[in-house]
Amino acid sequence: MKELTELKVSAIKDGTVIDHIPAKLVFKVVSILTLEKIETQVTIGINLKSQKLGTKGIIKISDKFFKQNEINKIALIAPAAKINIIKGYEVVEKKIVEVPDEIVGIAKCMNPKCITNFESVTTKFKVVDKKKISLKCHFCEKITLKEHIEIL
Amino acid sequence: MKNKSLISITDYSKENYLRIIELAAEFEKSPVQNLLNGKVIACLFFEPSTRTRLSFESAINRLGGRVIGFADSGTSSVQKGESLKDTIMTVAKYCDLIIMRHPVEGSARYASEVAKVPVINAGDGANQHPTQCLLDLYSIQKTQGKLNNLNICMIGDLKYGRTVHSLLMAMSYFNPTFHFISPELLKMPDEYKLYLENLGIKYFEHEEFTGFISEADIIYVTRVQKERFSDPIEYEKVKNAYILKNNMLEKTKSNMRILHPLPRVNEIHTDVDENAKAYYFIQALNGVYVRQAIITSILGLK
Ligand SMILES: [Zn+2]
Repeated sequence: MKELTELKVSAIKDGTVIDHIPAKLVFKVVSILTLEKIETQVTIGINLKSQKLGTKGIIKISDKFFKQNEINKIALIAPAAKINIIKGYEVVEKKIVEVPDEIVGIAKCMNPKCITNFESVTTKFKVVDKKKISLKCHFCEKITLKEHIEIL
Repeated sequence: MKNKSLISITDYSKENYLRIIELAAEFEKSPVQNLLNGKVIACLFFEPSTRTRLSFESAINRLGGRVIGFADSGTSSVQKGESLKDTIMTVAKYCDLIIMRHPVEGSARYASEVAKVPVINAGDGANQHPTQCLLDLYSIQKTQGKLNNLNICMIGDLKYGRTVHSLLMAMSYFNPTFHFISPELLKMPDEYKLYLENLGIKYFEHEEFTGFISEADIIYVTRVQKERFSDPIEYEKVKNAYILKNNMLEKTKSNMRILHPLPRVNEIHTDVDENAKAYYFIQALNGVYVRQAIITSILGLK
């Protein structure tokens, strides 16, 4: 089953495969990782069948290897994503997304009276609970809970 | 503390609190000194707060400093649509220190990150007002001769009242026991109770006044504001339940003092004012010494 899914998006020789992205959020991942600016070949698959997610998305980026802290930026939207590092068509390393200590510029502060909702200020949160994902705004100090997180 | 902005009470350590208290006591002994000679301090009040502004300006004037700024945003460039960033970056070029009050939460932290000079937060909406908290600490130290092991009773709006939250955080270094009295709707938020539990600090919650106030060293009263209630009937029901009256103070300890961040509406009956345990007017005066201490330590003059 897994192999069949993989085949739907062409294999890469060297690079990174980000698998198990919620189908609707593939382009969010593209923008958070600024893949639109990348010069190498990027292949995107959307609405692929997945036993776990129902449908899923996959992104394959040739000749690009991410640092763990770059990968962790997608923790809010694709916490279950699997990262495969490919060398010579083989998976040489697997990584998972870890919830970072700080989230910069990805989520919106839920406090309508917060400065980040008045001026063009890059949002910044401390992750105060990594399991339940609650974010404390660096500016207004209010907590945004997981169910209220809005991605910018 | 030199060159460091003061935005939130948690920006300071226990040692910093004690240092400010020590310096404030020095300024209380000799409040007129020429330490700020040649210094220009901007007081930017994007929303009016006469009490806080005058306290800061008095502190600066007594130390020989100069004040520039505005008392409300109606008279400033803000009305012309200038962004906070632009205002702060411009003003920072004209002064050595910025003191700002702004209705938007987080605005002071943001200003401190764009300004090239230190910023003191004089209130950012419902968020923080650290100089109030430091003057509360100073008042407690002064009236009790210590900060450790005190029994502190907080009354009123404990949900939205930023002064009680800051005081709770600051006092948590000094092994206090807390009693919280508020209507159900305005109870102390769980995050603060959890914070105390993690530190092993005792607290008790009450919906009405009972015998426990005879144990109190400090009674800290805050205003229950009508606008906090979506249902005006709810407000009518609770507004008179939390009024401190003189006859309630008979069995309280002799060292007990009543604090209030002011302005008061009716939550402390005027018959308390003559009681020697009423401390809220002197508390306001302490604000000048505490602000002198904060300003001079940030400017590295003390
Ligand atoms: Zn915020």
